[in-house]
Amino acid sequence: MKRRLLPLANAVAVFAALLLLWQSVLWIFPVPSIMLPSPWAVARAVVRRFPALMTSLTITAEEAGGGLIASVLVGLVIALVFAQSRWVRRMLYPYTILLQTVPIVAIAPLILMWVGAGTASVALIAFIISVAPIIANTTQGMVSVDENLVHLFLMHNASSRQLLFKLRLPYAVPSLFVGIRIASGIAVIGAITGELYAGSSSVGEGGLGYSILYASSQLQTDYLFALVLAATVLGFAFFFIVMFLEWYFLHRWHESARTPET
Amino acid sequence: MTQKKVAPQVEFIGVSKIYGNGRTVISGLDLTIAKAEFVTFLGPSGCGKSTVLKLISGLTPPSSGTVQVDGMTPTNARETVSYIFQDATLLPWRTVRNNVGLGLELEGVNGGRRRERTASLLDLVGLGEVGDAYPRELSGGMKMRVSIARALATNPRLLLMDEPFAALDEMSRDHLNEELLRLREEQKWTAVFVTHSVAEAVFLSTRIVVLASNPGRIHTVVPIELAFPRTAALRASPEFGMLVLQISRTLREAAQP
Repeated sequence: MKRRLLPLANAVAVFAALLLLWQSVLWIFPVPSIMLPSPWAVARAVVRRFPALMTSLTITAEEAGGGLIASVLVGLVIALVFAQSRWVRRMLYPYTILLQTVPIVAIAPLILMWVGAGTASVALIAFIISVAPIIANTTQGMVSVDENLVHLFLMHNASSRQLLFKLRLPYAVPSLFVGIRIASGIAVIGAITGELYAGSSSVGEGGLGYSILYASSQLQTDYLFALVLAATVLGFAFFFIVMFLEWYFLHRWHESARTPET
Repeated sequence: MTQKKVAPQVEFIGVSKIYGNGRTVISGLDLTIAKAEFVTFLGPSGCGKSTVLKLISGLTPPSSGTVQVDGMTPTNARETVSYIFQDATLLPWRTVRNNVGLGLELEGVNGGRRRERTASLLDLVGLGEVGDAYPRELSGGMKMRVSIARALATNPRLLLMDEPFAALDEMSRDHLNEELLRLREEQKWTAVFVTHSVAEAVFLSTRIVVLASNPGRIHTVVPIELAFPRTAALRASPEFGMLVLQISRTLREAAQP
């Protein structure tokens, strides 16, 4: 127990040191609070505008979460198709790379035009940029199944369906989680970026990205910092949820998942 | 005793295997393996030992000649054949019990009968206690036992084994050799075994086929006429030692280019 708490204590210490550094900069240099509010001012902004902050956080969490869940489902289905034949893989794989390289800022206006502003289009953006790592990792996992395991299944006259669902799919679960871990971070970033374009269908309420845009236009720098903080917390939360699920599904049998490394 | 013509368990007729890169791994193989034999293929590395098993299992088709298993094509005979690979090839996400039941499950044997059969197989290989463990919790020898139990669960008439004990320490290997013969005594399957250990081959086999390499072909066939049941004590006997010496010499000859 002690050994597990020590890194946590260190992380907290680093955080405290950073806060102190931040505050000292303000003590030494006369920076206007519009440029850089004090940690104290940010904390106050968090408390004062907590309900609004939570609303934004919830909206972004739903959008990123929705996009991520869609990525996992769609990515998994595509990977299952890719695992079926090398031919299909060769034909379609370049397009998943395309998906990964398309600049999201460039297509966000298009999506806004097609789907309309609001949660749905932001979730769609989060989905588009987070699905590629899931497809890539899961496919990789499915096709790297030990040849002898395939032979074993063939010796028992396994159908291609049994090969897929009783061998390739479970074999790829650890790789799927590697993909989800990468995708979870991107989905949050994608949602916030998406909100900068398509954040709100009604005036005054939106996710973190939308609120960040609004706060900066109003020069509410302390609240802007609070929103950035919330975005970070959201990213962390996603990461830990995925870590927990990974541990939950894999710890009984998979070597790498015995002790979650945080 | 009534004379009845039975199909041999395995028959190779003029079998050659040339791989895609033009390399001939097996050339002109003619061999008949009768029911209840324990035939071991022994040879220098690269002589196509493993290819022989792949041919019998139908995982690789011959380039020329025919392979027959139980009077059928290898692919059609699969139902009665089990394959034990060099490593245990267990599914790490399944418990030991569910690994043993895999073959039955794939062949559509229903839950109740599968559980019964799995439990009896686990007892047979001495793993009754660890049925709910996951493979990573087991030693190499135990994993191999699971692999053997899985192979036997489907009641095979022919068991193909590709250096199954190569990765184990000598003590576990000897012990599993004895176990294997005990199981054979009870279940009467035919075995085709591949190894590079002469002592293992002598201990297990009724016949040893020494292969020469480049291309892989039969060098010598040596019948092993040691009486069954064979026990650990056999390894210390002079006949056993003589046979190991004799076959080691043959193997060296076979390895000469």
